[in-house]
Amino acid sequence: MENIINITVVDREGKEHILEAPTDMNMNMMELCKSYELPVAGTCGGMAMCASCQMYILTGHVPIERSDDEQAMLDEAWNVEDNSRLGCQIKLTNELEGLKVQLAPYVEEDSDDDW
Amino acid sequence: MIETDIIIIGAGPVGLFTVFEAGLLKLRCHLIDALPQPGGQCSEIYPKKPIYDIPGIPEILAGDLVNDLLKQIEPFKPGFTLGDPAIDIEETADNQFIVTTREGIKHQAPNIAIAGGLGVFIPRKPPVPELKEFEGKGVEYIIKDPEDYRGKNVVISGGGDSALDWAIFLAEGVAEKVTLIHRSQSFRAHPDSVQKAMDMAKSGKITMLLDAEVKSIGGNGELSDIHLTTKADGPITLNADNWLPLFGLTPKLGPIANWGLLIEKNAIKVDNSTDYSTNREGIYAIGDVNTYPGKLKLILCGFHEATLMVQSAFKRIYPNKKNVLKYTTVSGVNGFE
Repeated sequence: MENIINITVVDREGKEHILEAPTDMNMNMMELCKSYELPVAGTCGGMAMCASCQMYILTGHVPIERSDDEQAMLDEAWNVEDNSRLGCQIKLTNELEGLKVQLAPYVEEDSDDDW
Repeated sequence: MIETDIIIIGAGPVGLFTVFEAGLLKLRCHLIDALPQPGGQCSEIYPKKPIYDIPGIPEILAGDLVNDLLKQIEPFKPGFTLGDPAIDIEETADNQFIVTTREGIKHQAPNIAIAGGLGVFIPRKPPVPELKEFEGKGVEYIIKDPEDYRGKNVVISGGGDSALDWAIFLAEGVAEKVTLIHRSQSFRAHPDSVQKAMDMAKSGKITMLLDAEVKSIGGNGELSDIHLTTKADGPITLNADNWLPLFGLTPKLGPIANWGLLIEKNAIKVDNSTDYSTNREGIYAIGDVNTYPGKLKLILCGFHEATLMVQSAFKRIYPNKKNVLKYTTVSGVNGFE
């Protein structure tokens, strides 16, 4: 299909989800995961100001180069690896056909007794 | 006891605009927020980012939108309880609600509008296994009184404004020793702060460990050791009286989850066919904190929800009073004395 690519997302339980991703809707990987109701919070809405959409790039499709904002955020995030990216900063394009990513682990940033 | 017509929990853009729509109906409002300033995420997370989808305003910075909303609601003289999250809701025999904050401030009203967005902003905590054990015993996420660190050996982690500003402040004659640990070589703080901290590192006032990360902490009851790994020197152990991991804030639904409301996907279920009421009569939820079929988390949708919600609140307060929709163009905005 035109303007639809296939992307594989490995969730935190190791299960693979093959997602059909539109490339003509100005979407990013965080939004794609959310639209399939995968457990990606996207708390800041895509401004690279939280790391809730951190994912590991498992194939060579996406450059590991990060924008300055993204790098600064990842410098303060947890479980960051060399292949970490923020999903919200990866725009869906036709070149990403076959991309495979893995969601970074959840971080328990708090417990219920914090207020 | 603070008494009002509508207690608004959450002073973000939607909570603020609720004051305006309520004011047009002569209802008074009091806002409660965990953050020390109004504006919610707009002020706390992205004050300098532009918003393009406020009808009639092609572009506005989030911080400016908050300032304009504050100006817009000024005639209606809202009350504010800031820097103090709403913790508890009680219902009285005469159908009033009493909302109590963490500091124990009580607010009473016949209606509550929860405009809590993503919830309460709380400190982001690093995944260090022994963290809980030493909270309040050397580990602090928020600096309440800098005097607590006088003469102490303080280690700070983080690369943002709060980490740098406190490192600089405490190193200027407050703490005995200040060590700043950051995971990379570059900071995302204000360039002036970065320069100042770098200068202080050169002159020996701050010990700066870059490309380094705290992995574990220890001590006998009280924090005494911080174990970190560094790119240059591998594992190191520091002695410290205090560790301040300052990694900014993250929102959590928090106490909202304990108020007997129906929660679905971290949001409060409301009746969107009528008035955004929750399953508890007199309690409404508007803006990002609510959910219903087709919900969109947009400021403009929250404004709409607030407008309909106050009509319902009015009817609850004055069941027999006639009310008609007035256009501000015709009647103007008549504030409170």
